[in-house]
Formats: sequence, structure tokens, C-alpha cells
Amino acid sequence: MNERVEKRSMGLKASRALSNTIIYILLIIMSVIWLIPFVCIVLQSFRVESTWQVGYVIPQQWGFDNYIKLWETNFPKWYLNTFIIALVVAVVQTIIVLCMSYTLSRFRFKMRAGLMRFMLILGMFPGMLAMIILYRVLDDLGMTGNNSLPGLILVYVASSGMGYYVSKGFFDTIPKSLDEAARVDGATRAQVLNKIILPLAKPIVIYTILTAFMGPWGDFVFARYVSQLKPLGMNVAVGLQSWLATDTMTFNNYTLFCAGGVIVALPVAILFMCLQRYYVEGVTGGAVKG
Amino acid sequence: MKKYSDLEFLALSKGKKFLYKLASFFASIPRGVANLFLAIGRFFKKLGIGIGKEFAEIVTTFTRGDWKTKLSYPVMGFGSIARGQVLRGLLFLLFEAVFFVYMFVPIGSKTGAQWLSLLPTLGKVGPHMEYNAVLDTHYPVYGDNSFKILLYGVLTLFFIVAFIYTWRLNVKQNKISEDILRSGKKLKSSGDDLRSLVDEQFYKTLLALPLLGIVVFTVMPIVFMILVAFTNYDGAHNGYSNSLFTWVGMENFKTMFSWDVGGVNYAATFGEVLSWTLIWAFFATFTNYFLGIFVAMMINKKGNHLKKMWRTILILTIAIPQFISLLYVSRMFSINGLVNGALQSLHLTTAPIDFWGTPKLARIMVIIINIWIGIPYLMLIATGILMNIPADLYESSRIDGANPWQQFTKITLPYMLFITGPYLLTSFTGNMNNFNVIYLLTGGGPTNPAASGTAGTVGYTDLLITWLFKITTGSETKYYLASVVGILVFVVVAIISLIVYSLLPSVKNEEDFQ
Repeated sequence: MNERVEKRSMGLKASRALSNTIIYILLIIMSVIWLIPFVCIVLQSFRVESTWQVGYVIPQQWGFDNYIKLWETNFPKWYLNTFIIALVVAVVQTIIVLCMSYTLSRFRFKMRAGLMRFMLILGMFPGMLAMIILYRVLDDLGMTGNNSLPGLILVYVASSGMGYYVSKGFFDTIPKSLDEAARVDGATRAQVLNKIILPLAKPIVIYTILTAFMGPWGDFVFARYVSQLKPLGMNVAVGLQSWLATDTMTFNNYTLFCAGGVIVALPVAILFMCLQRYYVEGVTGGAVKG
Repeated sequence: MKKYSDLEFLALSKGKKFLYKLASFFASIPRGVANLFLAIGRFFKKLGIGIGKEFAEIVTTFTRGDWKTKLSYPVMGFGSIARGQVLRGLLFLLFEAVFFVYMFVPIGSKTGAQWLSLLPTLGKVGPHMEYNAVLDTHYPVYGDNSFKILLYGVLTLFFIVAFIYTWRLNVKQNKISEDILRSGKKLKSSGDDLRSLVDEQFYKTLLALPLLGIVVFTVMPIVFMILVAFTNYDGAHNGYSNSLFTWVGMENFKTMFSWDVGGVNYAATFGEVLSWTLIWAFFATFTNYFLGIFVAMMINKKGNHLKKMWRTILILTIAIPQFISLLYVSRMFSINGLVNGALQSLHLTTAPIDFWGTPKLARIMVIIINIWIGIPYLMLIATGILMNIPADLYESSRIDGANPWQQFTKITLPYMLFITGPYLLTSFTGNMNNFNVIYLLTGGGPTNPAASGTAGTVGYTDLLITWLFKITTGSETKYYLASVVGILVFVVVAIISLIVYSLLPSVKNEEDFQ
């Protein structure tokens, strides 16, 4: 009897070990696939012997030439543009999103349901549609082309109230009884928000700041519209894309693109990796609560 | 169609339940349409009654009110100021002043009333040449600006609606104040008003800024662009420097749905792009979804010791701005890129494979690369949900002799689907509008020769959204067609959302969470 149990568990162990091996192999293959592009881009950014696209990865001649050359291009300007935009957007967008989501989570006013339905329907229109007219208006105000910085900030920030879903879901999970207890003790609604809810909502505040900060680094469409490919008004996404787009004609921007990509990705990725706990919390919570 | 009672329905198998729901959804469409019209009828009836009531109340407030109330009709806020609510009254008065200044005092080139009067024609005097007798030359003279007329016309309409609403509020305020005073109570002071803005009415303070942004930067532009679909606004009619644009009615929609406009077939192009958009959205959503769950289960399996490492590697794709990885991967697969280089040096192929130049291959490639982009997100989401599935479900099913596959199909998948139903919908519609992946990978290419002649250079991997972008940035910018495409995107998304919402197992009650 004992022997049989032992045998069975041995079999179980063996099959578990087998399945674990298969899983390890699969995961290793996946990791390689997932990492290859990043390894390649880093390696190619150090290539010196040629500046165009080639069919091999490992440089024949190593050096920092591409990184040094970056300084002579408009890249530092693009980088600064994007950084300033991201910083301002991170602050303002977070405030707007928190105002919106907290209100919709805690207050029950007459227009609330209608407002939420209206924003749901509004969200079904492609945002790019609004861009066509916003471009003309910003153009009249002189906020396009080489001076696209304020225009872009305005575009990113203005409609950010629509993205309230994730943080509203989080606020919904903070018990309402906390609010009520504080209100009984004589706190105003504003005090409840500042002193009780915000400290509890730290994870979602960080999540909101993180996503708001990362958005402008990757935005292509709006930046393309507002900057109209003017050399000093682009962000990193539009700028680097313009290098690649002309690369097939001039054959000298490919390694430059790789170096620029590394410089852009490094700080953003490090920041993200440090705060990934909050990001994971926000993403999972947001998906579950819709 | 056979109708089941509740009990019979519960006894059906999973697949049959779904088919039954689907069938009953389509069977309910005629009734739904009928109900819609009835609801519209009821809405207008209600609206009529409502407006009638409002008018009656406006009249009775006037006849029964004292002189303060009566003076408030032309001078907004007068009653409030006279009764000591200075702050409220001044705000009303200020709004009225701003409104009338905007309407009748020319700021810039025209008054609000003038913009409004030009709205039906979008401008009469276009750019033309005038003769200068002194210099004996012709010089250009610019007349109306259709773009501004449409923009400020819409703005004026918004303003008028806001004014009527505020005026009504002002009248109502007088009636309420009178009632309160008559019952012998005191009115709120301006200080009370301010205090309530951080207390009971804190929501007004919080919502003011976000809603202002949404109205100015989303609602108004969308109203404007919907109107543009009924004009001929394009690069050649920019409304000012080359030619005015004007209303053309349903002409643009007719163009989009006709088989032959001067030898160009818009309907076929639209059908082609729409069907690829739907195919793409379907595969992009569901490949990511199932593979993401699969990967999450592998990583979280008992006995896997390097959980954190695997997760970190995958999350790297989220951490690095998407445009870098997309542009780089797109180049890896180009004719002289790394993948072809590797394949050739390993002697697997003799000639380079043109990944982005072959329609079918390009379509498959964007879906595959999208999996590479999307799995990490789904892995995170699925991990969070998988942890929440009660472990005893698996335990008891194992004792009952269920194998892992049965556990997956009978426990994991239903649980996931139930919880992530709304997420799947938003991710489907999000993928329909997934500009970045398509545009940065292929730019919409390879070009579709059958679509030549339509606006924008339509390619085989173009989604509606990238087509829209191309129409507005290409050599000929047919804004009116772009806005038609945008409206159609909205219609498609709305229809899909409606169908899915009626099929979802449960509409969650949001108060349940609190």
C-alpha cells in the first residue's frame, strides 16, 4: 500500500518535472525572442564601420561615434521637448484625472450617469478626428511647427478627464464609511479628499503619474500633426521616425536611430522598472473593474 | 425561433446557450428598432411637455414675483444682488455682459451675431484679384474665412445654448429665493456659497476644469468635424487663401458608398479597409488574450522558481517606448534587415524575403509582432486574475479526476472570460483604432493598386484610422472624406459595443463594489 502511494507520487513527481522542463524551455525561447530586438539595437548603436542598415548584428568596429554624433543633430532639442512635455503632462494630467475619478466615484449628483454615458460615447470617436481642427486653431495661436511645445501640452492635457476609468475603479474600492466617519467629525468634502482619500490612494496616484509621464515619450500621431515635421518642434518619436523614413534615401541615419533609441529608452525604462509594482496594480485593477 | 423558458435555457450546453443568445439578439433587432423609434417619440413628447412646463413657470414666476424678480428678467442676477446674494448675482450679471459683448461688439473681425449669420453659407466673398489703378497691377484680396465662420458659428451656437440655460437658472434662482423668504427663512450668504464649493458642492469645483477641457478640446472639435463631413473642405478649398468651402449635404457619404466616382471605386476600398480592420482587431485581441493567459499560467505554475525574472523580461517591452521597438522591429524584417541577413547566412533562404512587400505576409507579420507587443500586458492582467481564482476549485476538481486541460476549459477560462468581458470589448475597439502598431510597422503598406485614385495611398494593412491619417496628411488633404471615415469608425465601434453589451453575461452594478 505504502509502496503504491510512493510509486504514484514518484510518477507524479516525474511528470511534474517533465512539464516543468518543457515550461522552462518554452520560457527560455520566449525570453530570447523578447530580448533579441533590444540586444540588437544596443549592439548596433555601437557600430562604427557603417551607418546604414546591414544584415549582421555584431559590429566589426566598436565605438561611441553615434552617441557623439547625436549631439550635433536636433536630437537634444527633441529630447528636451519631450522631457518638458512629459513633466508638465505628468503633473496636470494627474490632477485632472484624480479630480474626475474621485468625483465620479464619491458624489451622486443629478447629471452623473448622463455624464458618464456621454463620455463613453464621446470616446468612440477617433481622437485623431479632433486633431484636424485643433491643428488649425493651434496654428492660428502660433503653437505649431517649431513652437509646438505649448500646443502639444495643451492637446495632451485638455481631454485627459476622459481617462478616468482606472482610478475611479480604485477609488470605488476605498470604503465609503471612511468618508462618512470623517464627515460626521466635521470635515468638509475637500478635507476628506486631502487628508483621508489621497494618502490611501498613493498607488493609483503613482500609477497615474507614471502613465501620464510615459505617454508623451511614445506619442506619434499628435506630435506629428502639431509639429508638422519642423526640425525644432518634434518630439523624440516623430524625430527618430523621420530619420528612419529618410534612411532609405540617405543611408546614414540607421545607427544614429539606434543610439537615439537607446538614449530615449534607458531613463524611461529604468523609471518604469522602479515603479512597476504600481503599474501592475493599476493595470490589473483597471482590467478587472472595467 | 424556438423560445426557451429560464429553466430550459439553464439546461442547455455552453455553446447552445451562446448561439441561443446570439439568435435571440438578432431576433430582437426589429423590436429594438421599433422600441428605439417609440423611445424617440416619447422623448420628443416629454421634451414638448417639459418645454411647455418651463415656459409656464417662467411666466408665473414673472407675474407673481416682486419687482426684484421682474427686473431680473432683463438684468440677470439683479434679484440675487438686491436680496443680498451679491456673489451669485454678480456672476449672473458678468455672464450676461460677456455674452452680449461677444454677440454684438466686434472683437477681431466680426461679432458673434455676424458669425452666426454667415453659418448657413460659410462665407460669400472668396479670395479674388482686385485692380489697382495707380500701380496698374492686380493684387489678391481675401474675403471671408469659411473655416473661422464654421468654427465661430459653432462656438456661438454653444454660447447661445449656455446663455439660455443660465438665464433660466437665473429665473429659477429668483423663484427659489422668494419661496425661502416667504417661508420666513434666511438666504445663504456669499460666504456660504463659497464654503459649499469645498463641501456639499465640492464636485462642481472638481469637475469644472476637466469638463471645460473636454468641452473645448473634444466636444467642440467633434461637432465641428461632424459638420465638416457635410462640406467640401479640403486642401483645394481651405476656406481662405485659395477658395471658400461650402455645404454639400450628403454628397460625401454618397461618394464613400458609390462604386464609381469618376472611375474611382470608394465603396470597394472602404469595404476592403473595414474588413481588414475587423479581421485585424479580432486576431490582435484574441491571439493576445489566449496566449497571454497561457504565458501567465506557465510563469505562475507551481515549481517555477524564476517567476520574477520571466516577468521582468516580458515587462521590458512595456517599459521601452513602443515607437522604438516597433520601428526597430519593422526594420529587422525589411529586405536588407537582420532577419533576412540571418536567414541568408544560415543558408535557409537564397533570396531575401520581402516581409513588408507581400500583402498576405505583411498582414500576418503585423499580427505576429502585435503578439510580441501585447502578451506582456495580458500576462500582467491574467496573473492578477488567476491569483484570485479560489484554489479549492482546482483542488476539488483534481480529486474528481479532472485533467489540466479540463481544469483550464471548465474553471480558468470561464472565470477569466466572465471577469474580463468588458476589457475584451475595449481592447477590441482599441485595436480597431491601433494606429501606432500599424503605422510604425508598415505605414499601411504594401500599396493596394485596386484602391488607387481614392484619397490617401491605401495599403493592404491600412486600418480605417491610418487611412484617416493618410487622407489628412497626404498630398491632397480631403478633410471632408477624413471626417466621413471618422464618423463611420464611430458607427462601427458603437454597433459592436451595443452587440457585445447585450451578449455579456452580466452588467455589473457599480454600487456593488462600495
